[in-house]
Amino acid sequence: MAMNKIRGAFAVPRKGETFELRAGLVSQYAYERKESIQKTIMAMTLGKDVSALFPDVLKNIATGDLEQKKLVYLYLMNYAKSHPDLCILAVNTFVQDSEDPNPLIRALAIRTMGCIRVEKMVDYMEEPLRKTLRDESPYVRKTAAICVAKLFDLNPGMCLENGFLEMLQEMIGDPNPMVVANSVTALSEIVHTAPETKALQVTPNTLRKMLMALNECTEWGRVTILCTLAEYRTADVKESEHICERVAPQFQHANPSVVLAAVKCVFLHMKYVGPELAKTYLKKMAPPLVTLVSSAPEVQYVALRNIDLLLQKQPDILNKELRVFFCKYNDPPYVKFQKLEIMVRIANDRNVDQLLAELKEYALEVDMDFVRRAVRAIGQVAIKIETASEKCVNTLLDLINTKVNYVVQEAIVVIKDIFRKYPGYEGIIPTLCQCIDELDEPNARAALIWIVGEYAEKISNAGDILGGFVDGFNEEFSQTQLQILTAVVKLFLKRPDKAQGLVQRVLQAATAENDNPDVRDRAYIYWRLLSNTSDQDATKSIVLSDKPPIVTTISSLPPALLDRLLQELSTLSSVYHKPPEQFVGQGRFGADAVQRAAIEEQIQNARENPLAAAAAAAAVSGATPPAQTQNNVENLLDIDFDGGAPASASKEPTGQMSGLEGLAGTPVRVQSPAGGAPAPQGNNNLDDLLGVFGDSGAAQPSSSSPANGGGGGSADLMNGFSGLDLSGNTSPAPAGDQSKKSTQDIMDLF
Amino acid sequence: MLSGILVFNQKGENLIFRAFRSDCRPRLADIFRIQVISNPQVRSPILTLGSTTFSHVKHENIYLVAVTKSNANAALVFEFLYRLILLGKSYFGKFDEEAVKNNFVLIYELLDEILDFGYPQNTETDTLKMYITTEGVKSAIANSPTDSSRITMQATGALSWRRSDIKYRKNEAFVDVIEDVNLLMSATGTVLRADVNGQIVMRAYLTGTPECKFGLNDRLLLDTGDSSGGKGSKNGGISGPGGKATRAAAGSVTLEDCQFHQCVKLGRFDSDRIISFVPPDGEFELMRYRATENVNLPFKVQPIVREIGTTKVEYSVAIKANYSSKLFASNVVIRIPTPLNTAKTTERTSQGRAKYEPEHNNIVWKIPRFSGQSEFVLNAEATLTSMTHQKAWSRPPISLSFSILMFTSSGLLVRYLKVFEKSDYSSVKWVRYMTRAGSYEIRF
Repeated sequence: MAMNKIRGAFAVPRKGETFELRAGLVSQYAYERKESIQKTIMAMTLGKDVSALFPDVLKNIATGDLEQKKLVYLYLMNYAKSHPDLCILAVNTFVQDSEDPNPLIRALAIRTMGCIRVEKMVDYMEEPLRKTLRDESPYVRKTAAICVAKLFDLNPGMCLENGFLEMLQEMIGDPNPMVVANSVTALSEIVHTAPETKALQVTPNTLRKMLMALNECTEWGRVTILCTLAEYRTADVKESEHICERVAPQFQHANPSVVLAAVKCVFLHMKYVGPELAKTYLKKMAPPLVTLVSSAPEVQYVALRNIDLLLQKQPDILNKELRVFFCKYNDPPYVKFQKLEIMVRIANDRNVDQLLAELKEYALEVDMDFVRRAVRAIGQVAIKIETASEKCVNTLLDLINTKVNYVVQEAIVVIKDIFRKYPGYEGIIPTLCQCIDELDEPNARAALIWIVGEYAEKISNAGDILGGFVDGFNEEFSQTQLQILTAVVKLFLKRPDKAQGLVQRVLQAATAENDNPDVRDRAYIYWRLLSNTSDQDATKSIVLSDKPPIVTTISSLPPALLDRLLQELSTLSSVYHKPPEQFVGQGRFGADAVQRAAIEEQIQNARENPLAAAAAAAAVSGATPPAQTQNNVENLLDIDFDGGAPASASKEPTGQMSGLEGLAGTPVRVQSPAGGAPAPQGNNNLDDLLGVFGDSGAAQPSSSSPANGGGGGSADLMNGFSGLDLSGNTSPAPAGDQSKKSTQDIMDLF
Repeated sequence: MLSGILVFNQKGENLIFRAFRSDCRPRLADIFRIQVISNPQVRSPILTLGSTTFSHVKHENIYLVAVTKSNANAALVFEFLYRLILLGKSYFGKFDEEAVKNNFVLIYELLDEILDFGYPQNTETDTLKMYITTEGVKSAIANSPTDSSRITMQATGALSWRRSDIKYRKNEAFVDVIEDVNLLMSATGTVLRADVNGQIVMRAYLTGTPECKFGLNDRLLLDTGDSSGGKGSKNGGISGPGGKATRAAAGSVTLEDCQFHQCVKLGRFDSDRIISFVPPDGEFELMRYRATENVNLPFKVQPIVREIGTTKVEYSVAIKANYSSKLFASNVVIRIPTPLNTAKTTERTSQGRAKYEPEHNNIVWKIPRFSGQSEFVLNAEATLTSMTHQKAWSRPPISLSFSILMFTSSGLLVRYLKVFEKSDYSSVKWVRYMTRAGSYEIRF
C-alpha cells in the first residue's frame, strides 16, 4: 500500500503537493509522518525544490525510529544551506545522538554532522568529534576519522587548532584495521588538498602499521593503503624490498582495483630493488594483469589502458599472452580498440602469424571504425617487425581485393607507410593503381598519389594517372592538391619528356586559381626550383632526395609524461593518458594556480610553523571567490557556488547562473581516447609539419595516433624548405606580375 | 573521491541522487542526461566535462553513475558500481528500475552506509543485511545497544565477514567448482584461443569460527618437487565423476592465476601455497582461477556454410561431444547466425529442435540432453530476399551454451577440504563440478 503511494510520487505533480506533504509531516500519526518524509525525499530526488518544508521536516528529527532518523538527516544534508539559522535547532539532537549508547546512532550523528556545511554547525562539532575519535567502538572511530577530513574541508583552521590531525596520525596505530584504513584515507585526502600541513608522513613505524592493516582491512581500505604506499619514497633498498614483498600477495585479491593498486605499488618501488628481484616481480604481475582482461567491460577498459602504459615502460611483460587480447565479437567498441593497440604493442616475430590472421578477420567485420583500426594495425605490425613485412603486405593485398571501399582506402594509406620503410614492393603498384577510382577520401588519394610520384619511373602510365588528377585539381582537398603538385614535379624530373605539359598545367592551377596559401607557396617553390637552369642536378637532389625511413608508426608517450602517468596508475589520468591538471579543476585553473603560488609563498615564510601556514592557506581559499567569478564565463560547469540547492532563488544571484549551467551543456569535452573520431581530415598541414620534425628526429611523431598523411608530404615539405635555402634566389616571389615572369622562366627551361 | 552516486532509468529520469560532497550539484543530473543518455554517439563509459567526470555502468534498464571531480581511482569507481549492483541484486532479487523505485528509501540507507564522504566502506552483503533490511522490523532490533555494538564490531572487525555466534546442528560445507570454458576457433578449425575461467563457490554451514584448509590438484599448490605428476595432465584430465579420480590419474593442472575472496590469508598463500581461511557464513565465492593449458574442449563443432549466389545460404553443422559417454550435457543451445536479409529458413536435425529467430538473425538449435561421445548434425537452408543495396555479410561466429555436470575442462580437482575448530566437530563436505560455456565461439 505504501509502495503504491510512493510510486505515485513519480507521476505528474499534483496541485498543492507541498501543501499535502506539509500536512503529512505534522500529522499526529507517526506512520503518516514517516510516509510524508519518504515522499519529500522522493520529490527531492526528482529535482523539485522542497526546501520550504525544512521546519516541518526538522520537527521529526527527534525519533526513536532509526530509519526515519536517517531520512531526516538525508534531507538536512541537502537543504541545510537553505535555512542555516534553523539548523541550530538540529544541533541539540546531533550532540545528544553522538552520546547515544547505540554505536550505530553515534556514528550516524557524527557522519551527518560533517555533511551539514553550515558555519554554525561547525562550531558545535568540536566536542562530539573529539569524543567520537576516542570512542570505544571501532565503528564510531572509523566514521569519526573520515569526519576529520570533512571538517578540514570546511574549516582547516579549526581542524589544526584542535589537534585533530595529530589525533588522526595517532589513529594509524589503532588496533582495528578499518580505523587504520580510514585514518589513512582522511589524512591522504587532507595532504592532497593542503600539502603544507604534512598531515601524512610515513615513518618506519606507520609503515609497519599500514602493512599490518593491509592484510586485514576491507578491500577498499586496501586500495587506499596501497596507493599511499605507492606514493611513499622509501629510505633505502631494504625498505623497498620489504614493501614489494608484503604487497605482492595482494595480486591475488578478487577485487580488480586492489590488484591494480598493488601493481602500481610494486611497479613504482621495483625501480629501487635489484634487477633480478624486479624481474621476478614483473613475472609475478603478468598473470593478474591478464586476469583483469576478463572482468566487466568497464573495468576491463581501465585495466587495458593501464596495461598500455605498463607496456610502454616494460614492453615484454606480456609477450606470451597475445591470445588473451583477441577481441570477442560482443566486446564493446572501446574495449576492442584498446585491445588492438595492445596486440600491436606485444607483437613479435614469434606471434606475428597468429596476430595477422586475427587482424585480417577483424578487417572483414562490419563496424567501419573497428575495421579501419584493424587495417592500420596491420601496417603498424609490418613496420614494427621486418620479417613479417611481406606477410603483412600480402594480407593487405588480400584486403584490397575484397573491394570494400573503406578497407581499400585504409589499406592504401597503410601501404604508403610500408613503402617508406621497406623498398622492393614496387611490384604491387599496379594493383593499387586499379583502385584509383574508388578512393574518395583525401588521405587515401594523397597516399596513392604520393606512391605514384615516388615510383614514377616504374609506372608506365604515371602520366595518365596524374593527368586525371590534374584535370580536377581545384576540386580536390588541399592535402591531396599538395601531393598532386609534388608527384607531378617528381614525374617531370624523372621523365621530363612525358610531363612537360602536365607540370605547367598543375603549376598554373596551383598558383593562379588556388586560394590555399600552402598550396600556392609550394607551387612557387617548385616553380623557382625548376626555373633554375644553371644546375639541373640541384633540383633533382632536392626533390628526389632519399627520405629517412620510418622507425615506427605505433604511437607512444614521451618518456617524461609516461613516468608521470605511471605514478597515476588506475586513476582517471591513466585512462586518459593525460596528466591530471589537464582535466581536473580546469575552469578555475587560474584561481587554483594563484592559490598555489600564494601557498608556496606562505610556506617560504612560515616553514617551521605549519599551523600559521594552514591558516593562511585557509585565508587564501576564502579569498578565491572573486577570482572564480571571473572564470565563470569560461566554464560554467565548474562554478562552485557552494549552493547545494537554489532554495530561494530570488535571494541569491547564483540561482540564475545555475539555471544557465544546465543549458550550457558542454563547455570542454574530454572524450575518452578510444571513443574519439579518428578522421584526421583537415589537419593535413599540421601533419606535414609534424612530419618535418619527425624526419629530423629518428622516430615518427607520436601525437597523431593515425600516423599517416604526413608521411609523403613531410619529406616533400622538407625538400621545399631546403630548396629555399639552396636556390640562392633570396627574393620571395609574391603573387601577381612575378608569376608571369616565372612562367617565362619556366618556358625558357624548355 | 566520489562526489555523488546517481541512478537513472532509460528515459533519463533521475531515480536516486545522493551527493557525498558539496561539489555534486543537482544540475549535474541534467548534464548527464543530455550528454550520455540522450546521446547515441557515446562510446566510452567515462566522460569528463569540464572537471566533472561521469563514470557509468548500465545494468538491466538503469544507469548507475558515479560523479567525481578529482583524479579519482577509475578502477575503484567501476568496481564499486558493480558492487552496488551485486548488493542490489542480493537485496531485491533483481536490480532494475522497478526495484529502485520501490525501494528508494532502502537504497539511500545503503548508500549512506557503504560510502562516507565518497570513500567506500564495508560492502559485505551479509554484514549489511544485519542492520539494513527490507522490512523495517530488523532495524528495530538494531536499535537495542547491545545488538548494535555486536553488529558494529563485526562491521569493522578483522573478520568483518563472519559473525561469531553461528551454530549448526549439522556441520556441512558444499564446494562447487564451476568452470566457464572459452573457445575461439577459426574458420579453418584451428583453436585460436581456449581457456577456462573457473570459480569455486562454497556454501559453508559451520559452527563457530572454523579455520579451513583447501587443496587442489594444482601444480602451483602441489609440492613443486613433484614434477613427474605434472606432465600427466595431457591424457585428458579426469574421466568419469570427479571424486573417484586419484591424484596420480588426474595429474595436475597449471593455473595461470588465481584470485581469492578476502577471507583467504594471501600472505600464507604467497609463502606456502596453502589456501587457508575462515569462511563467511553461507554462500560465497572462495576463489577464481584461470587455466590455459590442456583445456579439454567438451564439444567439437564443424560447420560448413555455403553462400549460393545472393539468394541462398546452406548450412551443415556437425557437433560432437568430446567427453566420456557416462556424462551428459544439458541445455545445449547452438546459435547459428543467418544473414540480415533472411526471408525464411528450413532446417533438419538429427537430434533436438531448431528454430529460426528473426529478431536475433539466428537459427537456434536446442538439444536438452547431449550424452558423451555422440554426434549430431543440423542441415539448414536460409532463403534470402534480394536487396537493392548488396552489403557483405559479416558472418558472426556460431556460439554455444551448455552445462555439463561432473566435468571440468581444466581437469581441476578438489583434493581436500579440512575444517579445524575449537570444539573439534566432524563436518560433512560435498564437492560438485560443473562446466559451462563462457564465450564458446566458432567462426565459419
